[in-house]
Amino acid sequence: MTVYLVRRILQALLVVLAMSLIVFIGVYAIGDPVEILISPDADQIERERAVQALGLDLPLWQQYAVFLTKALQGDLGRSFVYNEPALKLILQRMPATMELAFGATILALIIGLPLGLYAGLRPDGRFSRMIMAGSILGFSLPTFWVGLMLIMVFAVYLGWLPSTGRGETGTLLGMQWSFLTWDGLRHMAMPAINLSLFKISLVIRLTRAGVRETMLMDYVKFARAKGLSPARVTFVHVFKNILIPVVTVVGLELGSTIAFSVVTESVFAWPGMGKLIIDSINVLDRPVIVAYLMLIVLMFIAINLIVDLTYSMLDPRVRLESKGT
Amino acid sequence: MRVNLRKLALAAGTAFIGFSAHGALAQSVTMAVAAPVTSLDPHYHQLSPNNAVADTIFDKLVNTDAKSNSLPGLALSWRAVEPNVWEFKLRPNVRFHNGNPFTAEDVAFTLRRLPNVPNSPSSFAAYSRPIQAIEIVDPLTIRFRTAAPHPLMPLDMTNVRILDQETHQNATTEDFNAGRAAIGTGPYRVVSHRSGDRIEFERNDNYWGDRAPFQRVLYRMITNDAARTAALLAGDVEFIDQVPTSDLAKLRQDNRIALSETVGLRLIFLGLDHLRKANENSPFITDNDGKPLGKNPLQDVRVRRALSIAIDRRAIVDRVMEGAAVPAGQFLPEGVYTHVPGVAPPAFDADAARRLLAEAGYPQGFRIQLNGPNDRYVNDARIIQAVGQMWTRIGVRTTVEAQPWTTFVGRAGRADFSAHLIGWGSNPDGSHPLRNVLATQTREKGWGSSNRGRYSNPQLDSLLDQSLVELDEAKRVQLVIQAQRIAADDVAVIPLHIQTNIWGMRRHLAHDARNDELTRAQDVRPAAR
Repeated sequence: MTVYLVRRILQALLVVLAMSLIVFIGVYAIGDPVEILISPDADQIERERAVQALGLDLPLWQQYAVFLTKALQGDLGRSFVYNEPALKLILQRMPATMELAFGATILALIIGLPLGLYAGLRPDGRFSRMIMAGSILGFSLPTFWVGLMLIMVFAVYLGWLPSTGRGETGTLLGMQWSFLTWDGLRHMAMPAINLSLFKISLVIRLTRAGVRETMLMDYVKFARAKGLSPARVTFVHVFKNILIPVVTVVGLELGSTIAFSVVTESVFAWPGMGKLIIDSINVLDRPVIVAYLMLIVLMFIAINLIVDLTYSMLDPRVRLESKGT
Repeated sequence: MRVNLRKLALAAGTAFIGFSAHGALAQSVTMAVAAPVTSLDPHYHQLSPNNAVADTIFDKLVNTDAKSNSLPGLALSWRAVEPNVWEFKLRPNVRFHNGNPFTAEDVAFTLRRLPNVPNSPSSFAAYSRPIQAIEIVDPLTIRFRTAAPHPLMPLDMTNVRILDQETHQNATTEDFNAGRAAIGTGPYRVVSHRSGDRIEFERNDNYWGDRAPFQRVLYRMITNDAARTAALLAGDVEFIDQVPTSDLAKLRQDNRIALSETVGLRLIFLGLDHLRKANENSPFITDNDGKPLGKNPLQDVRVRRALSIAIDRRAIVDRVMEGAAVPAGQFLPEGVYTHVPGVAPPAFDADAARRLLAEAGYPQGFRIQLNGPNDRYVNDARIIQAVGQMWTRIGVRTTVEAQPWTTFVGRAGRADFSAHLIGWGSNPDGSHPLRNVLATQTREKGWGSSNRGRYSNPQLDSLLDQSLVELDEAKRVQLVIQAQRIAADDVAVIPLHIQTNIWGMRRHLAHDARNDELTRAQDVRPAAR
């Protein structure tokens, strides 16, 4: 187990290093941040000063070396735009994104699992067919369009929910959270639903497929023959076995929701990390882009690890030590 | 009796609700702006959204009204006492939000700070650079000594927000962003700031000028166009800026919504390749078979004029811009003091354009690529498509390439393109576009840093040179107008249109539309009933 963990952490560091290098070269290839940040009426002297102030006058490899040296001391650089530490900027906005991502994932599980189970147990029922048709919509409708439609219907026409923003927040662990206040929850509802639509459909489809496959297994037939109640067969024997693919996919989906809920965050003016990263890319704010992607890489590695550990709990046949040999 | 009581309670209740709703109406307002404010430090980043908020918190020696005319701000009057010395008489009895008095020391401190803001990606240093020495005559009189006569000093001072020496001696940009140091003399004070999300303002009851209309202002940032409009329609916000042109028609018909608009100071124009000489190839121009032409047709003024009159500016304004612009033939709109009289938007005439091309030796036209950004100006990508079709109609077969600003602007700056679309947001003085866009690129003078076509005209340069040291305002304005006229006659760039700035609000509000595009909290007030 320890060997396994150490190996995973080393892998993680390697990926993070490679990532930072790629972003450095990538941003350099796209354009010059000073051209974008500087006022158009700045003269040549001012332009040269800005290039120097941001450390962009050095050759690229030296800029990277400076970055690495500082990163080893825990300093990921200061944002060109905000003049604040990049990491601080990201962490400030993390709670907003986290609560949205978790909200969406919880919705996906609460709604997706029962519907998927139902559709799997009664594959030919009319309601099941409606669920499956609905899940196709959930897959295929573009997020920004659904988001705007939600705003039009629930905020503009019905006036039930606030259209954008984060609303009132409560403080927990020194951070601001919307889910602690009623107003915050009302603000969270639409973006969370918007983010969860795709996931709900995914969970429904995975669960349904799993159930249909598992119902034909010998051990299910045996359990039935033994005279166990249908409820016990479904919720103990079947359910536990279909959870493995669901956990994998939901775990990875959670990661990508945290990292890339850009569209939903900008449609709902939700001040999270997704909005920060897209704004930063638009002005080539390299320190923020690098720090953000490094964090995201770490997060994905952590999620993968947790998913693997969960496997071994759900399925005793999976042995962690035997992996990667 | 019981019934009566209930009626009474009901009446009282309604009265109370009515009162509180009305009270809330007059006491606070929620605004939403499109572009995020990146810092509350007024000297950190020269950027319109930051300047708009800085104008709310701080004051300048010289303020500007909605039409960008200079007004006394923290200075009551100013004059050049000697050719090289400007004197500013300061406003007495002004206090900062924390009660500190405003004096000449604060002005001197502010000017010293401008070049010394660490990590600034676009500083305000250019405004203090001409000043060689600062002399404090008395607490309310300050003099700036310059190396040469500097007629633009008052205009420069419209960009410098004044800080308090005592409060801001060691203040960092982070202190400003956290709100701790965001202390000025302006009409509103900062209550809280959540970066990229919202700023809360409170009225400064001790303001020296007109009392701010609201007790509280919530200043939100909603970057998505559709979401901003929806928030206005839903009533979550009462005021928005940068109303998207596609929503204009709908909002004009909505009787809950009022719009305020004015012709702005941002010209959208086409820059042309003046860098390659007449006998050199321009990078994106070929003959009709795709072979190098061996010459740069854009060096011929007849070709430039043909390309200009081939464009139906009225059609672009009406169809692409949905009316939210006016056709232009020069940088500044009518009504601005350095507008060139008699230079109208070039009239659309495809036949004349073909004749001019033939005269210049291109009866069959040639091929060109028109480049432009697709995420910078209102409808930018659609404008270059329209221009491409109009040019193709006179025989200049045009391909169009739109790309994100991040990649576009660097290439445009290196003069990589033959023709490109770009915009210029001017201050109201014609010297601004002349110096930055049209003057010959010269590092020592700081000229032409945005001259992406590398236009160069000694006659224009010499007029600009004269104007920059001419203290007689009437003469100076004439020089600036003359230089702009030369650029227009020579088709240095092809002006397309000047954008209209549009704000949307609920009917109970009114707003003074500004031509400098700034969305400032103090310009929003309750509508007269």
